[in-house]
Amino acid sequence: MLEFLDLALITDLLRTSLRLMVPIAFAALGGVICERGGIYNVGLEGMMLSGAFGAALGTFLTGNPLGGVLVGILCGMLGGGVLGLLSIRLKVNQIVCGIAINLVALGLTAFLARLIFGLNATTKTLPGFTPWAISGLSKIPFIGPIFFDQDPLIYFLYLLVPFLYWLIYKSAWGLSVRATGENPGAADSAGVPVYSVRFACVLLSGALAGLGGAYIVVSQVFVFTEHMSAGKGFIALAAIILGRWDPIGALLASWFFGFCDALQLRLQFANPSVPYQIFTALPYVASILALIGLYGRVKPPAAVGVPYQRESKT
Amino acid sequence: MARFMQFLFVTKTVWAVLLALLAGSVLILVAGANPIEAYRSLFGEAFFDYYGFGATLVKFSPILLAGLAVAIPLQAGLFNVGAEGQIYMGALFCAIAALYLPEMYWPLHLLICTLAGAAGGAFWAAIAGYLKAYRGINEVIVTLLLNYVGINIVSYAAGGPMMEEGAPYPYSAEIPSGLFLPHIMNPTDAHIGAIVGVLLAIALALALKYTTFGFAITTVGSNPQAARYAGIFVQRQMVATMALGGALAGLAGAFEILGVKYRLFHMFSPGYGFDGIVVAFMAAANPILVPISALFFSGLRSGAQFMQRAVGVDSTVIDAIQGLVVIFVAASLAIKFSDSRWGKILARRRAMEAAVTLGEKQNA
Repeated sequence: MLEFLDLALITDLLRTSLRLMVPIAFAALGGVICERGGIYNVGLEGMMLSGAFGAALGTFLTGNPLGGVLVGILCGMLGGGVLGLLSIRLKVNQIVCGIAINLVALGLTAFLARLIFGLNATTKTLPGFTPWAISGLSKIPFIGPIFFDQDPLIYFLYLLVPFLYWLIYKSAWGLSVRATGENPGAADSAGVPVYSVRFACVLLSGALAGLGGAYIVVSQVFVFTEHMSAGKGFIALAAIILGRWDPIGALLASWFFGFCDALQLRLQFANPSVPYQIFTALPYVASILALIGLYGRVKPPAAVGVPYQRESKT
Repeated sequence: MARFMQFLFVTKTVWAVLLALLAGSVLILVAGANPIEAYRSLFGEAFFDYYGFGATLVKFSPILLAGLAVAIPLQAGLFNVGAEGQIYMGALFCAIAALYLPEMYWPLHLLICTLAGAAGGAFWAAIAGYLKAYRGINEVIVTLLLNYVGINIVSYAAGGPMMEEGAPYPYSAEIPSGLFLPHIMNPTDAHIGAIVGVLLAIALALALKYTTFGFAITTVGSNPQAARYAGIFVQRQMVATMALGGALAGLAGAFEILGVKYRLFHMFSPGYGFDGIVVAFMAAANPILVPISALFFSGLRSGAQFMQRAVGVDSTVIDAIQGLVVIFVAASLAIKFSDSRWGKILARRRAMEAAVTLGEKQNA
């Protein structure tokens, strides 16, 4: 265990945890917006998977990872649109909708991937992003290589978190979102277009989850494999609660899970004699323990999960 | 016409399934095959061929039990999306009981193995039930996360302490042959678990309706506040209901060991627990309808392979169709007859007819 005290290794561990955090963080931030607006998004996992597939498809077609990211975001938004249509318009139970989206995404991406990329899809490597050191900042000892020698999507995440913070707490739209999530009836009387606000929330949420999935393809593995989101969307759900429905909290919670993931990879590598399953289960166990250890019950937005039905004029 | 519309509404789930299959046929077309031929080979083999139906029943047993595992907690308003993990834990407990208990009279041993499986699943689900009831932690997230933990535990057991020496793949030693579940359609692998599952579904439907425990479950689900006034320990009831659901999933895992695999395998379930979610929703959580929807989905699953062989469409299309079924059924369940335009028209007609008869009576 002593090798952990080595500064270079700690730097590397933190750098890796940041990279592993990104998909969870994007999905969790999307989930925060969605639940703030009053819609559970259990479909984050499926939207991530759609985003990953879209990213592979977009990169495959355009030959450029940026094109992949855009198609990935669109595919994630498609999932968000389905969630919105079902849960907001048809008032289907939101957890059921989310599960349905996960199932469709799982089957459809596997099917389309085999159809488009063929069975040897996993051997074809796609072009992707590579770390992009910010001159100057990356030279700062310790912090530099961790935070400022990463790929472009991580820098985007840095900008996104303060933007979402502003959007939720400081902007007029954010006020409507929060009102919609707490008390849609009152928001409606105050002139907030509850349905469109909620729809915008699920679309944004799908876009962010899709971006999270796209990141896995264009920055981590450079290929699409079936079920590659592998439960990260569910961990993101835990990160939303752990982060108390707050963008900064969600980011920190995601980092915690990224750290657990990086740690398990490191431990697995350093201890080949210990069964690897103990380590692969670690992020999930950590998620559950973190939820249990959360002091003081946290309160979700009051109207989350409740479909809003406008008083009918009869 | 009005009666016809009403018929359409009553059978809306069936229409939703047909629409989903229609949407699925678009996918089959995209893959370059003839949907009619694909579906014919799928359903023909899965339901109207001796061997094919045997293969369907092999999948029917775990899918049915997993469906019940989701449906029963759903009656109490709890979402058990962790049947997959519970199946794994049930199989683990069952395999341990089968392999490591001292030799004994086989019916007793078989009973112990079955109960151990149920206990394993119940334990895994009860964790989520406890955290929901006493700590207010969302059971959807906990059961989802526990799936991954359960699968990893079994993978560790099958590849580590329980692994058979010299095995090429992580699996345990074979269980004693005295514990093999009787088969019902030789030479296929269809075993008695299918019958047990149907009997359990009927028993659970009756229990929900006629026993105090069943009443407590549905009351907690429909109105926890009222349940508390009625003297039901709501929190304890939540844990017990989840545990019951988990026990059913655990049973599915145990039957996989005792009836099909005869060993504990790494990653042995192809997602039966997730199929259970779909099955339970399609049956609207009604235990008596669960076997019907489970039969449909096990047919889809077993027929997928035949379809792949016959028309060359990848069997993953069935996963997508399953998801489509959930979307369409969920949407159909949301459409209430009274909310629809037809419902309103019918209500107005009925009101008018009542007024007319009233008028006739007054005139008479």
